Order: sequence, then C-alpha cells, then structure tokens
Amino acid sequence: MSRRLRLGVFAVAGAGIAVVLLLGFTGLPSFGHAHELYGSLVNRTADKLRHATDLVTALNFDIRAFDTLGEEFILFASVTGVTLLLRTLRGEEERERQTPGIEEHAFAGASDGLKLASLVLIPVLVAFGAYLVFHGQLTPGGGFQGGVVLAAGPIAILLAGRYLSMKVVAPKVLLEAGDSLGAACYALIGLGGLIFVGVYLKNPLPLGSPGHLLSGGMMPLNSIAVGLEVAGAFLLTWTEFLDQTMIGPPSG
Amino acid sequence: MTALQLIALAAVMLGGTAVVATAEPLRQTIVLGVFGLALTFLFFVFQAPDVALSEIVVSSVGLPVIVLAALRKIRQQEHAREEREEEAPE
Repeated sequence: MSRRLRLGVFAVAGAGIAVVLLLGFTGLPSFGHAHELYGSLVNRTADKLRHATDLVTALNFDIRAFDTLGEEFILFASVTGVTLLLRTLRGEEERERQTPGIEEHAFAGASDGLKLASLVLIPVLVAFGAYLVFHGQLTPGGGFQGGVVLAAGPIAILLAGRYLSMKVVAPKVLLEAGDSLGAACYALIGLGGLIFVGVYLKNPLPLGSPGHLLSGGMMPLNSIAVGLEVAGAFLLTWTEFLDQTMIGPPSG
Repeated sequence: MTALQLIALAAVMLGGTAVVATAEPLRQTIVLGVFGLALTFLFFVFQAPDVALSEIVVSSVGLPVIVLAALRKIRQQEHAREEREEEAPE
C-alpha cells in the first residue's frame, strides 16, 4: 500500500471517528456534573453496608467481586500464554549452560549511583506494596495496585545490574506458585461465600468496624489473593522476557 | 476545572503526540515512560488515585522492561545475522 493511499484511508477513517466523537461529546454532562445513579447509590450505602472507607475496593472485592474474578483469570490466562510461548526449548537449555561468562550478563555495568538508588528503592517498594495490599479497604489502592508495586521491588535489583540475584530472590517456581495460588485463593474465597451464606462471592465474614485494618469482611482476603497473583504474574512476564535476552552472550 | 487539571490534560496531549512523533523505538520507549507519568498525574488530579497507582508502575516499569527486552533481542538477532554474513564468503 503506497503512502498516498494510506493517507487517503486515514483521512476518511479519521474524519469518521472525529464526527462520531464530536456527536458523543456533545451529549456528555458538563464537567464535574455527572451524578450517575449507580455511583451515587454506592457512595451513599457502601460504607454503611460494607464497612469499607475506600469504595473502589468495596466495589472491586465485594459488591462486584465476580467481575474481579473474571479479570483475575484474564491476567492468569495471558501470563500462562506468555510463559508457554517463551518456554525454554530443549536445544536452548544446552546452549545456556555452555555460554561462558553467564554471571556477567549484559546489564552488569550499572554505575554506583544507580546501584545505591536501587538499594534504597527495594525496601521502599516492598513496604509500600505491602501497605497498599493490606490497606485496600481503607485507603486508595488494593490488591492490583499493591501487587504491581511489589513486583517492581525485584525489578530494582535488575536496575542495580544484578539480574541473576533477582532470579535468586524471585525464582520462577515461586512466581508461578504465587500467580496460581493467588488466582485459586480468590476463587476459593468465593466458594466460602457459597458454603456459608449461599451465594458465590458473597461476604461470609464479620464486617468489623470501619477504618480498622481488619474490616470489610472478605475484602482484605481478596486483596491479598489478588496482590499475590498480580505480583507473581507481572514478575513472571518480566522474567520470561528478560530470560530471552539477558542470559546469553553479551553483545554491544 | 482547576489549573492543575488543565496542566494535566495539556501534558497528556503533548506527551501522546510526542510518543507518536518519535520514530526511533529506543527513544520512543523513554518518551512513553514520560507520557505514562503525565497520565498518572492526570488520573491523580481527576481524583482517581487507584488508577494512578497502577498506571505509575505499569508505565514506568512494566511496559519499558518488556519493550526494551524485545528491542535487545532484535538487535542480538541482527548482530548474529551480520556475523554470519561476514563469515559466509570465505
């Protein structure tokens, strides 16, 4: 397809999208004045009915916990796909073992400043990630956000130029276990609802007092399960991608 | 709309354009990270801290790591092919 033809196709499609968008935007409520029924209802009732002070988490892990179950397994399935595609084949394994200087992989030349910055970052990331996971029902954050922040912790070791140390801290077996255990736990917590109160993913636990660490019923448990799964899933994806390039002969 | 919100919208607009306008993939990855930070700021000033928290890690660590690893793999393969082509005529 020539450049001219491509630009022509873009002009037609772009004009079409612009018209549709303009039509859509004119129908929007004016800025800051959208008060949808569902949002208002949740805002007014969730803190009393669910004893959570962060309503986003209340939505994700209790009121619409079933949606989160679907999202959990979308992530799980896509990470499984990545690991399957990037798995080590029999011939590759041999080559890896024979490669000289594997300890000095290509990213080993980090400066002292970068190493120091990473060292400072690691505990901060892990602490902040854990805080987000455990305080999901109290403050903004929750399992997903905490999980990605936790996953960034080991990546800081990579920044310090120590990819192989990162693999010692977060070996693939552990990541796979975290990923699957998190996904399974979430589904099993839902089963708890089915057994004790008769509805799948309905909260079977006491709600506690609002604002306390142990409040919101099953929300903290769901948050931990999701945090485990997300941290495992992200690190597993990164490890799979980095294994493709980091291990092997260093090249310019 | 507050001034901060206007600044955030402008930053996202400029950042998105900059990502598209950058031709070289390696540079584009870095520009994409900066664009991600602008998006994080946008989510924060529009009162979506939950989304901002996810976005900051995904855009500044998650995506660049994967793109950089892929770029490196492509370079390794090009390097290997060049070496093979140099050896071939002899």
